[in-house]
Order: sequence, then structure tokens, then C-alpha cells
Amino acid sequence: MSVVIIDYNAGNIYSVVHALRRLGINPVVTADKETILSADKIIFPGVGESKTTMDHLRSKNLDQLLIGVKQPLLGICLGMQLMCKFSEEGGTECLGIFDVPVMKFRPEKHADKIPHMGWNTLMNLKSDLYKGLAENESVYFVHSYYVPLTEYTIAETSYIQNFSASLQKDNFYATQFHPEKSGKIGEVILKNFLEL
Amino acid sequence: MLAKRIIPCLDVKDGKTVKGINFVNFRDAGDPVELGRQYSEKGADELVYLDITASHEGRKTFLDLVKSVAANLNIPFTVGGGINELKDVDKLLNAGADKISINSSAIRNPRLIEEIAGNFGSQVCVTAIDADFMDGKWICFLNGGRIPTDKELFSWAKEAENRGAGEILFTSMAHDGVKTGYANEALAQLSETLTIPIIASGGAGAKEHFKDVFVEGKADAALAASVFHFGEIDIKELKDYLKRENIAVR
Repeated sequence: MSVVIIDYNAGNIYSVVHALRRLGINPVVTADKETILSADKIIFPGVGESKTTMDHLRSKNLDQLLIGVKQPLLGICLGMQLMCKFSEEGGTECLGIFDVPVMKFRPEKHADKIPHMGWNTLMNLKSDLYKGLAENESVYFVHSYYVPLTEYTIAETSYIQNFSASLQKDNFYATQFHPEKSGKIGEVILKNFLEL
Repeated sequence: MLAKRIIPCLDVKDGKTVKGINFVNFRDAGDPVELGRQYSEKGADELVYLDITASHEGRKTFLDLVKSVAANLNIPFTVGGGINELKDVDKLLNAGADKISINSSAIRNPRLIEEIAGNFGSQVCVTAIDADFMDGKWICFLNGGRIPTDKELFSWAKEAENRGAGEILFTSMAHDGVKTGYANEALAQLSETLTIPIIASGGAGAKEHFKDVFVEGKADAALAASVFHFGEIDIKELKDYLKRENIAVR
């Protein structure tokens, strides 16, 4: 199976590479259109800032390419946020695959620290991405912006309020958490994605 | 529910793990990658690798170690030690580290925090602070606790937060290595002062100390080294204990 990881200067792409290698897959990290379009699976990772990253995607003409792919695509963390319509981070117009906004966490009490960082539980699992997983397993999150619950939500988590831990629309999948850093549970999720 | 994190810290010198008792007299505690993997299996939530090597060759060894850790571990890890400029951060993140921790270099050049946050995001920037309570004030120290500064813990931590730090890792020097519990009073005050997560460090000697640091110290994460390295506390047993005490853990 050929798996590509979109190379867009997003920082720490290698943790995804390593996670796939541990599953016996050797992914290609690339920004090359032909390579991306011919892959079986596409992973769109990301750690960074929305505006800078969207500008970079546009400058490489990767934005239109990503919107149009037909293979299963998995956006991770910032990748998921960039697949939404608009982000409050930098007032950024994003890819619009999911017609939903990305909002900044608004703490309700002092104990609500931002970023939401650490292990939190997944609830209301809905997709094949979570095949074989029980409710309330923990995965690793690091983010200051969140996607509210929407019609695309396939997993929820709770911090300040319930929000989307994961989204899906057709062949587009996304996780706000980092499956590549979420121990054995994360490995199951990545494996499920590879088997879609 | 967001879990409180248990973070083993591995001090690394020339590619091997060591742990200081009050910052001197190192004892050997094993292979960093293997140790990290064991901790991960036992349920550690994150790891911290601190490079305490001074030499240039040692730094390269550490970078190779970071790559090896990234290839072998499936939980997040932070690296620190010897990070003076953005270039160092770039190298470590590219080697596969999830976060970096800066300490003395942030005090010497506070703008470094802004540069790191601006280039890589706040979430990668852990600001570590070594402090000691002297003459009624918490004084921040440089160089692994050797050189006192004119910075005071709470105001410096707030400044670091304002400049873009994603987490504060606070080590109470007087508590470090003596295993009588964390500096809970100062930690609670720090937690009241800041809006970013706090990692408590220094003083773990018993399971109860972890409960105390989460309840009384209001810490978001607790870091410890020797109690884990020398098998005095088993992470799995610690988590079972914390669960029984109604602390949210993974």
C-alpha cells in the first residue's frame, strides 16, 4: 500500500512517519502532485499556526489538490482544523472541506488551562476509523482552537465543553488528537485508517 | 475528562541516562530508549529527555538519541538541555521531538520564547524554571541551579506565559532529589498565577506525593526521575493508586 504524508513545512511530520513504520508501512513525505494523487492513502498532518500554514499550502497550490482528492485522507490536529471552513486563529480562510468553523477555547474558570494538552477520552464513536475501540479510551491532544460538535463529528471529547475530537465527510477523515502519539489506541486508529 | 499526566524525566549524558541528587553525584540508570519504552508500556503519559552533556560531540549523540526515541516511542516526549537558539529547536523537532524545554537560555534571552512560539507554536515551548526559596522569595537560577538571577519565580513564569510558553516546568531546587514531596504551596500559587499547564518537578518519593501535587499543588502534570528509574515506584501501580484516590489519570 502506498501512503503519502503531505510535506508542507508543518513540523514534526516525522512522528507520523515513525508511527506508520511501526505498523509496517513506509510512507512517502511529499508535496509532489502526481505522487499524492497516485497514493492509496493520504495523511495531512500538522503542528503549527493556521494562517502561515494555509499561506504555504496556497503558495504550493496544494489547497485545490487536497480538496479534490478521492482517496481516504486523514487530517491530524492542525490538518483537521485546516480542513474546516474558517479558523479564528489569525482569521484564516481554510480549505472548507468541512463547512464548520474552528474556534478559540474560551476558559470558563481558572482551572481551564489553554492549550488543551494531554490525554483525554473519546466518546460517541461513529465511524470505521474507531472500529474495535471501546468508548472512553484516552488519546493525546495538544491544541488551543477547537471544532464544535457538527453533523460531521465522529468522536467527541470534553474540555470546557464537548467538541469534535474527530470529523468525517465522505473520504475525508480528521482527528483533532494525535493518533501517532496516542500509544496503542492511536495505533488501532491509524491501522483502521489504513484498512479503509 | 482531561487526565493528570505522569512524566518520567531522563537526564542523559553522552547517550546514557543519569539522575542527579540535588543536581550533583550522578548515578547510572540505564539505556534511554529502552527505559523510555518500558515507561511507555507501564503507562507513562509523556517523557522528558534532558541533555546534560556539555561537549559538542555529546550534542550530536543526543540528536541521534532523539531520532531513536522518536522511532521507537508512541507517546509524546520533550527534550531539553543546550537549546540556545531557534536553529537548535528546529534540529530537535526535525529529529522527532514533540516539544522542547528551555531554561537558562530563556532567562538570558526571553525573546527566544516568542521566536519558538512564533515559528513552531506555543505547544512545543516548555519553559523550565529552577527556583529556590531564599530570603522570603522564590529566586530563579541559571545553569542547572548554579547561578542565582534577579528573576522571581511567579513574575518570570507569567512573563514566559505572556511571551508564548505553552507549559511551565517548575523545579523546586530544595525539594529535588530529597523525596519528601513536591513544593505544593508554590505550585498552587503558580497555578493561580498562570493560565497555561504546569508540570511539577522535584520531590517525588512516594505515591502520596503525586496525589498531593495534583490536589494541593494543583499541578497538571507531575515529573519524577529516580523513583521511577530505580523502581521505587511502579508507574502502573501509581496510576491504580491515583484512580482509587479519584484523580483523573489515563
